Amino acid sequence: MSHQERKERFAGVSDREVKRAYTPDDVAGLEYARDLGDPGEYPYTRGVHPTMYRGKLWTMRQFAGFGTAEETNARFKYLLAQGQTGLSTAFDMPTLLGYDSDHAYANGEVGKLGVAIDSLRDFEILFDGIPLDQVSTSMTINPPASIMLCMYLAVADQQGVGWDKVSGTIQNDILKDYIAQKTYIYPPEPSLRLITDIISFTAKHVPKWNTISISGYHIREAGATAAQELAFTLADGMQYVQAAIAAGMDVDEFAPRLSFFFDVHNDFFEEIAKFRAARRIWARVMREKFGAKNPRSWMLRTHAQTAGVSLTAQQRENNIIRVAMQALAAVLGGTQSLHTNSYDEALALPTEDAVRIALRTQQVIAEETGVASVVDPLAGSYYVEHLTNRLEEEALAYFDRIEAQGGVVKAIEKNFFQREIADSAYRFQRRMMNGDYRVVGVNAYADGAEAKKEAQILRIDPAVQRRQIERTQQVRATRDQAKAASALAELRRASQTSENLMPYILACVKAYCTEGEICNVWRDLWGEYREESVY
Amino acid sequence: MNRKLRVLVAKLGLDAHDRGAKVVARAYRDAGFEVIYTGIYQRPEAVAEAAIQEDVDVVAISSLAGAHLTLIPQLIHLLKDQGADDMLVLAGGVIPEEDISALLAEGVAGVFGPGSDLDEIIRFTREHAAAK
Repeated sequence: MSHQERKERFAGVSDREVKRAYTPDDVAGLEYARDLGDPGEYPYTRGVHPTMYRGKLWTMRQFAGFGTAEETNARFKYLLAQGQTGLSTAFDMPTLLGYDSDHAYANGEVGKLGVAIDSLRDFEILFDGIPLDQVSTSMTINPPASIMLCMYLAVADQQGVGWDKVSGTIQNDILKDYIAQKTYIYPPEPSLRLITDIISFTAKHVPKWNTISISGYHIREAGATAAQELAFTLADGMQYVQAAIAAGMDVDEFAPRLSFFFDVHNDFFEEIAKFRAARRIWARVMREKFGAKNPRSWMLRTHAQTAGVSLTAQQRENNIIRVAMQALAAVLGGTQSLHTNSYDEALALPTEDAVRIALRTQQVIAEETGVASVVDPLAGSYYVEHLTNRLEEEALAYFDRIEAQGGVVKAIEKNFFQREIADSAYRFQRRMMNGDYRVVGVNAYADGAEAKKEAQILRIDPAVQRRQIERTQQVRATRDQAKAASALAELRRASQTSENLMPYILACVKAYCTEGEICNVWRDLWGEYREESVY
Repeated sequence: MNRKLRVLVAKLGLDAHDRGAKVVARAYRDAGFEVIYTGIYQRPEAVAEAAIQEDVDVVAISSLAGAHLTLIPQLIHLLKDQGADDMLVLAGGVIPEEDISALLAEGVAGVFGPGSDLDEIIRFTREHAAAK
């Protein structure tokens, strides 16, 4: 009897060949106690907590931000009213890059990809009516992360909320910016110093704050395979641990507050295996390489977001199905929090209706499917365990290649990551063009009429830029000028020493110095990073 | 055709999303074009200057951060002011359907949204650059 198959070779998004079926031979040598462990037990392959979602569901955290602080505050309140359990702030490009809204470079970009923030005044409006001791807030920002954290702490002070009660995350991961996201400002050395200052300050004063969100998301979205995402992200993580140890900290003092952020793409089992492999690798690295003693230092806790790059502008309702399956993979992979993309995001920022469906997708998974009742149900699957091993091996091989180049920063300078990612992105695009990888609505089951259907999209009113500029100029005109000038002068002085900069940044923020003014102090002292583009 | 077509692939403003620009730049290169990629964070003035200095036939702009209606017309006006109105200007990225006609009216020859076929971009570029 013949066993004809549909095609010669089966491979998913990352182009790893998949066999017809997997057997005990594919997981030979796997030892339960050593390689998996019970949920909540080292090396945490099966999850960081013994009860996982039976104890507490993952945090449903939708990334939101657009226009001015008023519009985003209203979206935050809408999401909380719909049952969302944490906030996540998207900033606009000028804010991410340390330019005030009235800077010439900000023209046309104010409030477009996120909320425009210039001064503490904007933060007061952004969190108006939201008690900071009752929500946790994530902020996706990197070079100016210290400034946004200080603004958040200043709002907590105004609300009378102690810093020991506030919780949240700043992304604060500059290495992946050089590698993929590209929202860098300063060169690596001073950038890493800002990061270690934040890590050490928050370890003492803001104990529930996640000081860094070591991110694979942007690496993956830029074109990396699952193994590259896993390897480059964990390599960045190790680099931060080394930097903090070099700055004089004990590993167990800061490691429990490190967190991660992974993409969750289309290849269902590969994604689940990626989360499992990430936990196992990190636990072993922290314990064996860095000598961490506290089990919390060994645990990789992560946020996940469905793959923006997998959304199609064509037949956009299909994105609802893609997001649902990616979200299910993240949950089966044991994520601690999750953002589900909205189906209209290949066209523009999401509308309120689209965001609600995205959030409901998580709620359906949590309440109706039964997957939240059992921990790591795919353990022991020949295929999933084999893939987990394979991803681990591929990541370890990349660690060796990075080490051979002198570490992460040197490898960035040599464009190693950038080249690897650009190659993968191009290879994937070619596979789509030749039909080897099929995308419904794009190169399979396409329907020209559907593609042209008028879409209801969210547009940013051009008046947003004018209103934001007016507010910022008014803040600059009405603040205590002597206080603002002296705070900036003190920051400049301290930046030339090895003192922790956080108290000085906080003083600037409270004196209503703008983000652009603070960033310019450092631009002036440290210069700007420029990359050589490879493609 | 005596010489290879020269194309400048450009990113304007503060938009850091460069996956599409790099993929398209490489597709042009593989198709035999001479390619110059500006890298990210370019002002319209700098892109116009590079296009003129490099004497390119085509300027292909990638935009994913919503500033296309501000920055692309600025660039086209700069090119015209400096007598470079014979260049073929293309745009690609996340550009809503309803903005396409405004860009075409400003002088953009073609707009390629998410999911565009690389071979179609190359074919369109060859055909329209030859007509210029």
